Amino acid sequence: MGSDTLPLLFNLDQENISCQDTTILKNVTLEINQGEKVGLIGPSGAGKTTLLRTLYQRVSGQSSFVHQHYALVPQLSVFHNVYVGRLDRNTTSQNLINLVYPREQVRQEIFPVLDSLGIKEKSFVRVGELSGGEMQRVAVARAIYRQESILLADEPVSSIDPHQAGAVLELINQVAETVVMSLHAVELALKYAERIIGLHNGEIQFDLSAEEVTPVILKELYQQS
Amino acid sequence: MLKTSLIFVGIAFVAVVLADLEVSTQHPWLEMGRMLEGIFTPELPVIWEFKASLLNTAVFALCGTFLGVILGIGLAFFFQYLPVRLFCAFIRAIHEIFWAFIFLPVVGLNSICGVLAIAIPYAGIFAKVYAEIIQESDQQPLEGIPKDTHRLSRFFYGVLPVIYADTKHYTAYRFECALRSSAILGFIGLPTLGYHLETFFKEGMYSEAAALLIVFYLLIASLKYWLKPRLIPVYVVLAFALLSREISLSWENVARFFTYEILPWPMRRQGVRDGTYRVSFVLIPVLEWVKGIWLDEAWEGIWKTVVLTQIVLVGTGLFSLFVFPFACRHFAGKVANRIWHYLLIIVRTTPEYILAYIFLTLWGPSMLPAVWAILLHNGAILAFLSSNNADLVQLRIDAPLKRIDRYFYEILPRIYGQFLAFLFYRWEVMMRESAILGILGIYTLGFYIHSAISDDQIDKVMLLILFTAMLNMGIDSISQVVRRRLKISTKLSIAS
Repeated sequence: MGSDTLPLLFNLDQENISCQDTTILKNVTLEINQGEKVGLIGPSGAGKTTLLRTLYQRVSGQSSFVHQHYALVPQLSVFHNVYVGRLDRNTTSQNLINLVYPREQVRQEIFPVLDSLGIKEKSFVRVGELSGGEMQRVAVARAIYRQESILLADEPVSSIDPHQAGAVLELINQVAETVVMSLHAVELALKYAERIIGLHNGEIQFDLSAEEVTPVILKELYQQS
Repeated sequence: MLKTSLIFVGIAFVAVVLADLEVSTQHPWLEMGRMLEGIFTPELPVIWEFKASLLNTAVFALCGTFLGVILGIGLAFFFQYLPVRLFCAFIRAIHEIFWAFIFLPVVGLNSICGVLAIAIPYAGIFAKVYAEIIQESDQQPLEGIPKDTHRLSRFFYGVLPVIYADTKHYTAYRFECALRSSAILGFIGLPTLGYHLETFFKEGMYSEAAALLIVFYLLIASLKYWLKPRLIPVYVVLAFALLSREISLSWENVARFFTYEILPWPMRRQGVRDGTYRVSFVLIPVLEWVKGIWLDEAWEGIWKTVVLTQIVLVGTGLFSLFVFPFACRHFAGKVANRIWHYLLIIVRTTPEYILAYIFLTLWGPSMLPAVWAILLHNGAILAFLSSNNADLVQLRIDAPLKRIDRYFYEILPRIYGQFLAFLFYRWEVMMRESAILGILGIYTLGFYIHSAISDDQIDKVMLLILFTAMLNMGIDSISQVVRRRLKISTKLSIAS
């Protein structure tokens, strides 16, 4: 049951989610409404990626996704990788022509996004030649260019310098209405997400607003074996 | 791996004992001297005189490869179906020369014959390789593409960029092979390089032969300079335009060929005798006919082909293991490396048919020329590859100083897996080559096929080619099983 005005976007009720015969998420009950900014935290292997992918499958056509391993095409340029964000919205001939010669209109749409992430100078450099941090920015740019109201992100700033990570997360929060992102830097989660969900061993340990999360709770989450 | 290697060595030993290897010419060394003299005094004007055949060689290769690529892509799309895979395996099991034999009676000795003889087996090869490249390519980029994207867009943005380098690389390599195939098609009468080379060798005109060969080497060596992707469409259009139009193709003849002339004689016998040319479906006489050919010709042809193949399989392996250190930086100095490098390139660029013809001229007909031709050609390929792999190995600073020790303890163990995988991969190529060298007088399958073509017995030609294809597919299967069992692959994995 969502609140009166905001629609319920995700609703999981005591679900077990498995991948290739291994149950990764156990007994998950979760509701996310439109407009929430949710941060997923927890030790590696807790199931954050699986949870994000599960949520993505329920809204795939109407959401943007930032992959943990970027899922970029190394042989294509930054520009074309970002263009892929809207590949399903254009006609095939538009896509093919763009591959050979990008139209001015498309350039005007994509360049500002690249600029906001500080990679505009590398617009036509092959992604394979970039550093990890730059590649991650391209992955974020692609999700932002897609401009959906729901944005799901799996460790979107893991390779980005902590000083600049904040700006990227700020941008994500501005562009998308509903954000669900997993972060391993807890301070960033507390600062840029309003609601924190702590995952441990495939189970939701806690589901609190950012203010309610105390160092004790965090210690318990990360120090269990 | 060692046990398997020794088993094959054992088989080869037996094969050598059973094979007919001898030098039957009177003055082989004298002849060789004349050949060397020819190499150093090439008759260059010949190049201009026979420019038409040089052009035809390139044009056949280009058109054949282009058609092969198009058909191959088409077939690759359906590669998930077993019948398609089997069909591709079948068409590539037949050597280009045998395909030429199939088309010769139908279209004659013209450009269509040459182009199709290359295009059809290559289509099968490209289908398999392209399908494999796509299958083994990185799937990750595809995950980043929106779900509802149209299939074509998904391919151009998520698959093509990823496979482009490998595909381009392999297609260029295949084009080089096509140039070789095109050249040797001349030996059976098509208007390419091999046609004049045969005359020159027969007449002992080695200076002229050398001139043509030099141009051929230069053509292949210079490929990387003029075979640029952007220019390919231009070349293709030009090639098709230059294809000789002197073809009088009667579709009636083609239809009659494929529906009547290739049928076994027993099925046509009655119709010919009573003048109606009816086809009768007589199972027993056909089976008798098959049995007859099997006992008279096919069995010996297969046996001799297998004997030859096994000898060259092991011979190639031993040859390259012996030779590759000379081109490898860990064993020889820079100058020696360079020299051996170029020697290997020259030998691997020379079509095995031409090598066989040279040795045939020197030693007379027996299995010896064929053994050395296939062995040197494939040995050079393998030695070149192995020396490149060996060059990649980084030796630890306390590696043994003696080169023998380095070879057996540091280098060989690291590259042996890939070396063996590639050797087994070439096994079916060697079998195909063994089969066609029968044309030069040894009793492998090619001999009998060539006789049948000369006698205009199309039905026998088809049956023998069918046997050849089945043998080839059999060896290819065994080769894959062996490689899987030994867990070796041709992909590079050097752990240094």
